Amino acid sequence: MPSLTRWFIRTAAIYLALSLAVGVLQLTSPKLGPILWPTYLHLLVVGWLTQLIFGVALWMFPRRSREMPQGKPWLGWSCYGLLNLGLLLRAVGEPARGLGYGADSVAAASAILQLGAGWIFVVLIWPRIKER
Amino acid sequence: MPRLIVWCLRAALLNLGAGFSLGAIMLATPVLHLPGDMLRFRLLHAELLLIGWMVQLALGVAYWILPRFRVGFNRGRSAPVWIAMLLLNGGVYAAGIGQAVGMLAMAWAGRVGEGLAALIFATHLWLRVGHAGRGEVRSP
Repeated sequence: MPSLTRWFIRTAAIYLALSLAVGVLQLTSPKLGPILWPTYLHLLVVGWLTQLIFGVALWMFPRRSREMPQGKPWLGWSCYGLLNLGLLLRAVGEPARGLGYGADSVAAASAILQLGAGWIFVVLIWPRIKER
Repeated sequence: MPRLIVWCLRAALLNLGAGFSLGAIMLATPVLHLPGDMLRFRLLHAELLLIGWMVQLALGVAYWILPRFRVGFNRGRSAPVWIAMLLLNGGVYAAGIGQAVGMLAMAWAGRVGEGLAALIFATHLWLRVGHAGRGEVRSP
């Protein structure tokens, strides 16, 4: 298993635990509940599910070439870095914005980072899906 | 990889890109000075990512790797699955946009399309898995 995949899967497992912890917190406070709902949902769906899919797809999909089976390694690591930095900024910025601390620029930065990660993944996997 | 699977997986990737793009625009709405009602597109965002990306990816991979029939077309007839893929993708956009713009008939039609697609895929996968249990297929 490539080390990038290991990092994706381990980080996904951390997000699974983190998202469920946020889910508990979200239910314990009537004030925080609606504010934490989108954070909980995105940590679970993007941090856990999407990240797990990214890691497994980069590992299991047909090779791009014999020389570079998973495509350019720096692109894969960029995808990992941007996705997780974006998610962490979102986990901080979105509740902060909900509590009235501004943080619009933090949320916008998180949006750009996650967007970059998503499209890098598309660019990495697209050429590996081909007719035989 | 057969052409149907290529289209299915690439459509899933495009939905991922579209869903992430829409999500990013909504998250950055205040910085981009966009109208506050951009958030109504969150239903399209959810539809694109949950059904258009995750469900379609799972169905495409399942169609690709589940045990194949020993005789005839080895993954079975592909025409119903092509129709299911078209219904699923059309349904995602109709349901998502219909909900976002308040056109409930369009949203309803989209959901019906998604439901029919699910039914066709489920029947196909049921047969593939069922025959595998009776030793009538070979593993890919």
